[in-house]
Amino acid sequence: MHELSIIYSVVSTVTQAVGDQGGGQVIEVRLRVGALAGVERDSLLFGYDLATQGTPLAGSRLEIEEVPVTIFCKACNCVQTLAGVQSFRCPVCHEPTGDVRSGRELEIASVEIETGGAEVHALPQESSNKGIEGGAHGNASA
Amino acid sequence: METRVLELRKNVLNKNDELARALRARFHAAGVTVLNLVSSPGTGKTEFLKKTLTALSARGLRVAALVGDLETDNDARRLMESGAPVRQITTHGCCHLDASMIERHLEGWKLEELDVLFIENVGNLVCPSNYDLGEAVRVALLSVTEGEDKPLKYPGIFNSADVAVITKMDIAEACEFDRLVAEANIHEVRPGMTIFAVSAKRGPGMEEWLDFLLELRSPQTLDVMAFADAGRRPVIS
Repeated sequence: MHELSIIYSVVSTVTQAVGDQGGGQVIEVRLRVGALAGVERDSLLFGYDLATQGTPLAGSRLEIEEVPVTIFCKACNCVQTLAGVQSFRCPVCHEPTGDVRSGRELEIASVEIETGGAEVHALPQESSNKGIEGGAHGNASA
Repeated sequence: METRVLELRKNVLNKNDELARALRARFHAAGVTVLNLVSSPGTGKTEFLKKTLTALSARGLRVAALVGDLETDNDARRLMESGAPVRQITTHGCCHLDASMIERHLEGWKLEELDVLFIENVGNLVCPSNYDLGEAVRVALLSVTEGEDKPLKYPGIFNSADVAVITKMDIAEACEFDRLVAEANIHEVRPGMTIFAVSAKRGPGMEEWLDFLLELRSPQTLDVMAFADAGRRPVIS
């Protein structure tokens, strides 16, 4: 998909959200990208620096959390994670299921901004090893 | 450096989604059923849609179409041969239609005077996947010339759709197309999907497709499809 225009949407949304909160320099943007979103991780990372120049997001990090497809299996009565996007069957009992619970996300999860004030509102950080990894899996939809 | 974290949980395409939700509510209020046709370029959407518009008009339904292409209004001209109102959306390079384009191109049309509105998307199996147009039904088409494994290659768009149509069945034999394998592949990426196999040119399969459309307009189905949350397409089982 056209990752550059996705990044421009991110810039626009984050700029507005940060402005609504009183402004500040953006340090990190965290995206959640589902396996069915049709958006390629490396392309997002590649275009990010260029696309954020001259915006409040300039110089910030882009962290991408990849969200696998999960489905609800009626037979097993629980949510299961799929290994890929080729077969929408319960990995345990192999029954086909159309009940997709996650995997379509294309979401700005959070934004970390630098504050100038004395108060710190930093929320507990998630583990940062979900960040940029080598050999990110390619998205099959290109 | 002191920092704080804003939990946004905001969809990147939220602007489009908001517009699409508003369109969906508008369509529902006006009583018009809207279908979004997606496929690769060359699958046969226009011929299929032209025959559909002609047949539905003959059955007394009030139909119209919006068609998207990068350039030319050739497809709008072809569709107009059906006698239905048609507008061309020329994107000049944008690889998909989005809700704002639909909204703009509906200006001046009285939706309450329509029964069915078809949107023929730009030929592209990737990008249209994420762009809600406010439709009630998304139709993914593939032709016999494209191979049985097309759905496996483009799971996102097939999984996002409600109905599949296999086109150009009149040349299936010449293409050595295995319909059962194609249908199995469609069901792998979208279990339970309703599938039609047609030749728009020659006619086979089109009756079943038209029956489906007429069924969508039946009072019972319209009741079922009345949904509270305008952000979700109704699920067709």
